[in-house]
Amino acid sequence: MAKYILKRISLFIPTLILISLIIFFVIQLPPGDYVDSLISARSAEGEIFTPEEIAHWREYYGLDDSWYIQYGKWMKGIITKGDFGYSFIYGKPVWSVISRTVGMTVILTLIITVFQYAVSIPIAIYSSTHQYSVGDYFFSFIGFFGQAVPNFLIAILLMYWSFKATGSANLGLYSTEMLQNGIHLYNLGEFLKRLIIPIIVIGTASTCGIIRTVRAQMLDEQSKQYILAARSKGVSENVIIYKYCLRAALNPVVSGIGGMLSHLFSGSTVTAMVLNLQILGPELLKALKAQDMYLAGTIVMVQAFLVVVGTLLSDIALAWLDPRIRYTKGRD
Amino acid sequence: MAFIKKKANKNESYYMASQWTLMGRKLKKHKLAKLSLLILGILYLGVIFSGFIAPYGLEDYDKLYQNTAPTKIRFYHEGEFIGPFVYSLEKYNNPETFRVEITEDTSEYYKLKFFTKGVKYKILGLFESDIHLFGTDVGSNGSTSGKVMLFGSDQLGRDIFSRILYGSQISLTIPFASAAISFVLGITIGSISGYFGGVIDNIIQRIIEVLGSIPSIPLWMAMSAAIPAGLSTVKMYLLITIILSLINWCGIARVVRGKFMSLKNEDYVMAARIAGVNDAVIILRHLVPGFLSYLIVSITLSIPSSIIGETSMSFLGLGIRSPATSWGVLLDETKNIANFSQYPWKMIPLFFVILAVLAFNFLGDGLRDAADPYK
Repeated sequence: MAKYILKRISLFIPTLILISLIIFFVIQLPPGDYVDSLISARSAEGEIFTPEEIAHWREYYGLDDSWYIQYGKWMKGIITKGDFGYSFIYGKPVWSVISRTVGMTVILTLIITVFQYAVSIPIAIYSSTHQYSVGDYFFSFIGFFGQAVPNFLIAILLMYWSFKATGSANLGLYSTEMLQNGIHLYNLGEFLKRLIIPIIVIGTASTCGIIRTVRAQMLDEQSKQYILAARSKGVSENVIIYKYCLRAALNPVVSGIGGMLSHLFSGSTVTAMVLNLQILGPELLKALKAQDMYLAGTIVMVQAFLVVVGTLLSDIALAWLDPRIRYTKGRD
Repeated sequence: MAFIKKKANKNESYYMASQWTLMGRKLKKHKLAKLSLLILGILYLGVIFSGFIAPYGLEDYDKLYQNTAPTKIRFYHEGEFIGPFVYSLEKYNNPETFRVEITEDTSEYYKLKFFTKGVKYKILGLFESDIHLFGTDVGSNGSTSGKVMLFGSDQLGRDIFSRILYGSQISLTIPFASAAISFVLGITIGSISGYFGGVIDNIIQRIIEVLGSIPSIPLWMAMSAAIPAGLSTVKMYLLITIILSLINWCGIARVVRGKFMSLKNEDYVMAARIAGVNDAVIILRHLVPGFLSYLIVSITLSIPSSIIGETSMSFLGLGIRSPATSWGVLLDETKNIANFSQYPWKMIPLFFVILAVLAFNFLGDGLRDAADPYK
């Protein structure tokens, strides 16, 4: 077990480095750089630039080097000083721009993950033990429907209803008052209220998928021989379902944690734009459009880092759940 | 005697049937999948004949018809039955509110007619024509301003019904093209990885792991940002397809590899190898058919997420750009609450997105059940 975990952790750093290389390369792909977009924006306002000024800016921002040298410098800064570079659009170090958003994104993602499992696994158990009942059909229908409707439209719909019912669309994560005073105990209730719509909208997208996987796995498991054997020996139905079937059925869910996190970050971008949430997704789009490469690069790196951590944790959890995995994987 | 023979024949046809015939038979029993197939058939007929079915062209607009509700089709003009017809619109100064309002102009009627002449279009880029399935006739007083907009119009005065049809040409084909590319990439890379194993397998698996760890939308965003703005619609379309499929192949490659690992040690593969069959033929003739049905299922199930992916990309302004249209571009107009509450007919494109996604999901489910030999 320890050997297996050690092996997984040793893969962690090379994976991250490779990811950062791909990300940096992709972000570099669009033609032009930040100075180009800056100049076109300022020229539109009537300013005139001399070639010397432009050259000076390029040098100032370090955009003259080829992309792999820029990458090397960026990486060196991160490793030696924890410096993620400089955001051109904000005129501040990247980390100070996104530190607050990163915290919020992690909190929101954690809450949504818990919400997803808390909702989907009980429903899946119910559906599989009551196959072809009214409830099963109802949840299957909701599940399919949730997958078919684009997230942002659910967001608009909920906002509309919330506006009709309470007179406030509950836009954004913070109220004006929270932005001024920060979040304290007395306004925690208001803050949590504002989380409801984002959690429902972003959470339901994956919930449907989890319900369908767990339900199918549970049904498969129930028709296996060992369950029949247990049943004929008189093991109680609860033990069969929760101790035998569920444990096996959770396998694909646990192994999918990394993929689900990646899905969460993608899915939340559009929703966050509609709901005006201050999380990483919309910030990234802004950075990409302005070719603010260090900001964009850092945001994708943070997201990828969280996904890799998620995958690592899920691998360890899987090895702990399933002895076959730690046996074969530890060996090769 | 004849009866027994018939029964024997029936049994024989069951035992002799190929895997595909068996799958087809099982699929026929799945009602929801059959219905989905029918719906998809209709939608794709719409894709092929969109120029013919749509009464107006892609870039047609009418200033008078901005944000108008679906045109009412009437049968009685001044108490007299004259068959289906529509009224035109006119501007009208409301003396109480001092606002310019748009009302129906009931002085003149426009009969609806099949096979009217209109804008020129091409079917599949080959057959040019200007005959449309339906449209309005010249008005009773000889004017030509009558319009029939079954699903209402958008804020520029374009017919939403026509735009849904033109949009389907992109929204319903991108997923297929991208599925095809991921299919080829996934099978090739996955089979190489699974068949040869060892170092090659290790490298490919690491690459898949790395690609899988990068959240997909940021990757799409970065890559679509790399598409220069001046490109023609067709080129942009192709690039977007490629972008979507570059990420999708990973999942398929994983599955293919897994299947290869379990199949390559079977006796029949060993026999083929001893008989001197080369690797490519073993992969393509002996191994791939063994799990092709499974792959087709997984591809059918991947199409809905591509449709949704295309809509969210267009929604973010990174996908198809005007004047070309897709369902995502149409949905983009519904993103603010004002549209939602004032012009509810603008939500109609959403209905088509849901319909297509549900149909592909149900069809995929049906195929999965049909491909499963144990059911």
